[in-house]
Amino acid sequence: MSLDGPPKAIAGPATFIDDRLGAGTFLKRNLRKVFPDHWSFLLGEIALYSFVILLLTGTFLTFWFKPSMGEVAYNGSYGPLVGVHMSEAYASTLNISFDVRGGLLIRQIHHWAALLFVAGMMVHMLRVFFTGAYRKPRELNWIIGVLLLTLALAEGLTGYSLPDDLLSGAGLRITEGVAISLPLVGTYITYFLFGGEYPGHDVISRFYSIHILLIPGILLALISAHLILMWVQKHTQMPGKGRTNRNVVGAPFYPSFMAKSGAYFLFTFGVIALLGTFAQINPIWLFGPYTPADISAGSQPDFYMGFLEGSLRIMPAWEINLFGYTLPMSVLIPALLPMGIIMTGLALYPFAEQWITGDRSEHHLADRPRNNPHRTSIGMSAIAFYGILWLLGANDWISSKFHISLYTTTEVGRVAIFLGPALAYWITYRMCIGLQRRDQELVLHGVESGVIKRLPHGEYIEIHVLPAEDLVALVKAKPSIPAIESASDGEGVPPKGMRNPLGRLRAKLSETYSADSEAISLDGSHDGHHNGHGNGAAPAAVGSGEPEQKSIGH
Amino acid sequence: MTENPNDLDQPEERLPRRVIGTPPPRGEMSVLGAPAQRGERPAPEGVKYPDPATARRGERIASLLFLVAFLAGVGFVVSYVVFQVGTIDKTATSNFALGGTLTVALLSLAAGIVVWVRLIMPKYSLVQERHTMAAPPSVRDEVSATFVQGANESGFVKHKLLRRTLLLASAPLGLLPLVLLKDLGPLPGTTLRHTVWKKGRRLIVEGTAEPIRAADFNSPGGILSVVPQGYENDLNALAKATLILIKFRPEDIKSGTKLNWTYDSIVAYSKICTHVGCPAALYEQTTHHILCPCHQSTFDAADGAKVIFGPAARPLPQLPIGVDGEGYLIAQSDFDVPVGPSFWERGDAEAEARGHA
Repeated sequence: MSLDGPPKAIAGPATFIDDRLGAGTFLKRNLRKVFPDHWSFLLGEIALYSFVILLLTGTFLTFWFKPSMGEVAYNGSYGPLVGVHMSEAYASTLNISFDVRGGLLIRQIHHWAALLFVAGMMVHMLRVFFTGAYRKPRELNWIIGVLLLTLALAEGLTGYSLPDDLLSGAGLRITEGVAISLPLVGTYITYFLFGGEYPGHDVISRFYSIHILLIPGILLALISAHLILMWVQKHTQMPGKGRTNRNVVGAPFYPSFMAKSGAYFLFTFGVIALLGTFAQINPIWLFGPYTPADISAGSQPDFYMGFLEGSLRIMPAWEINLFGYTLPMSVLIPALLPMGIIMTGLALYPFAEQWITGDRSEHHLADRPRNNPHRTSIGMSAIAFYGILWLLGANDWISSKFHISLYTTTEVGRVAIFLGPALAYWITYRMCIGLQRRDQELVLHGVESGVIKRLPHGEYIEIHVLPAEDLVALVKAKPSIPAIESASDGEGVPPKGMRNPLGRLRAKLSETYSADSEAISLDGSHDGHHNGHGNGAAPAAVGSGEPEQKSIGH
Repeated sequence: MTENPNDLDQPEERLPRRVIGTPPPRGEMSVLGAPAQRGERPAPEGVKYPDPATARRGERIASLLFLVAFLAGVGFVVSYVVFQVGTIDKTATSNFALGGTLTVALLSLAAGIVVWVRLIMPKYSLVQERHTMAAPPSVRDEVSATFVQGANESGFVKHKLLRRTLLLASAPLGLLPLVLLKDLGPLPGTTLRHTVWKKGRRLIVEGTAEPIRAADFNSPGGILSVVPQGYENDLNALAKATLILIKFRPEDIKSGTKLNWTYDSIVAYSKICTHVGCPAALYEQTTHHILCPCHQSTFDAADGAKVIFGPAARPLPQLPIGVDGEGYLIAQSDFDVPVGPSFWERGDAEAEARGHA
């Protein structure tokens, strides 16, 4: 049974709305909007749906949470703390956990969703970076993404502090220690934030309004903008058969993409619910109420703050006292520098790349990471930088689990933070070039068919066949990396704009950025040997004594 | 639907791009700028229905999953009613019942929809064209002309005085929010340089609030977390005034420790780490090391709490202590330097203190 026309229940309201808003024109254009398909395009959706779950569960939690630092004696269901003096914030969090049905579940779902929110944004961002999906015309959306990530960290920090337990208090204390170290304004900022001396009586209620209103409001606005831009600019697609820079191939929004997205939301929610049920997180009742006099060993922040924790840990002692003023470099550098490098680097990368390559054209086909080896290496280098800091944020655990001296872990970290990214760069670069050569071999020589053929003069060869059409299309879509025109004219005069040091640097960078990748050409015919186009013969792989490849169908 | 197989063999850069100023490809835009002739009906070749047997199988599986989701959803409501909270065990049971049913409901619903999409809905390979993001130059020119016209009509450019006073008027309004925020907190003043310790204030044990008789704190290697009497519940005071009290063998104390600030080889240091302010709470008896668990700054308690590892740049300040008439430990004065993390106005307080001494 199929429908011949829209049912009355749909047609009625639809007509009503169209009469008043002209929504029909929009729907006509967009109902069948095509969405390209690739597993990696769903990573951002994890973050999106986690955000929705955060709004839902967070609203639930506000019904019982009391953002107050007023002192009360606990009198709830959790026996071990009965009679203990604590802040109302902590008492109400215990109340949510033990005396509200489903409260513990929702609290744990909220916390897990927060972790997945940030993690989802991070992997989504890496996907966008490594496939070059931030390129024109998507730079604005990329910057919105960087803002979202930064705000998410702030949102996490303020939310984490709210229960006012001993563990979150340690985080708050570190936040205070960092804020007060800022030159010139540090003490003022701290006193304004805490309403006087640390910890004061105001910070929880202030963090509360920041956490439930200010930042979520901005996040919501930016996420909407992020989605609208994605919708208007259409999603990038992976290269492949029939896919070009000027089309979109995939499934229509209605009904396919809609249903899939709905299912994906439910999957995300289901997995977070699973974690919230069975994977205990932030058991604040075990930590006790906050007091600045106590701490437990092995205190750890949530994962997304780990890199800051690690950088604070590996920084050697350094403090500058000058003219009666103090610059606590062992706080300022680790607290500001890594975050600054990562966030500024992310925000500027699309523009830096445009400057280096001189490429101002629109890109709608995602790059395979191997096809832009320098970009991929820079990304892996950044991951190594972040990852090493992150690991060292848990160096006490590494030390105790693997029986390594605590100080050794720190000292190794101090070296690794410089060596690791460099090594990651080199290894990634070689891997990208290697993978490109394998691609080259694939399209020029085909794949092994398993068929051994004896030639009339007695030689045995294995017949190579053309790889699958899709695969060839994917591999052959390798774009060339543009470079700026920097060659000097006949008389050794470089072009205008390349004559100052900055211009020379740009020319050098541009040349490096595209060099090796350009040398590996895929333009060979399938029947003959690759004979080297343009940039000279491609190295290795090709022509290493392999037999002539043939199609098995001949 | 345009599908151009010739595109395949060329890198996209070689495709002719539309030169700015030339009309867009025919059929892409209608007169009003709305895309026409696109997405109206799926081209039959892009939509591939599954065979009926697969669809029937899909229907059976999906329906089964939806039924499971329904039952789990009902189970959630039942669990909410049946399992009460009120003790730790009851809360745990309620949590597992609610969370388990919720998880099953969500996951089976999700799985059911996926089966529906994959086995019942068609496989799609639809193609839509992209268009350059930029508006055509004619449109740009028109907008730019309109802008200039509007600006001139408004007189904003021509009337200088108007423009300047308007900008002047908005400047203070923009600053108002900053002014309003001033009352968020008092100015620091000298508060960061003082703690509640003063001559005669007793040291009491954190937690039990017992005063400490020097004669009773007599086993070398002993350590206590100490707070000022009268402030044991004042978090602001504790954030600066908490101490660690260590009993040494006299021969273990090194030159960095101010001996006349100790009493009977009992030494008091600020517990607040000089790095970012965590309580430096871990003590290793054999080496006399105090370790801050946050960032592992390590201080040598026997030697004036000087830094021997980690990011802290300064020793933990020592508090001068003595005993009162009843033999209880008391402070001799406040710290001579600010405790806790460094801040801009702090300066080299240690050098100043040495200068005074």
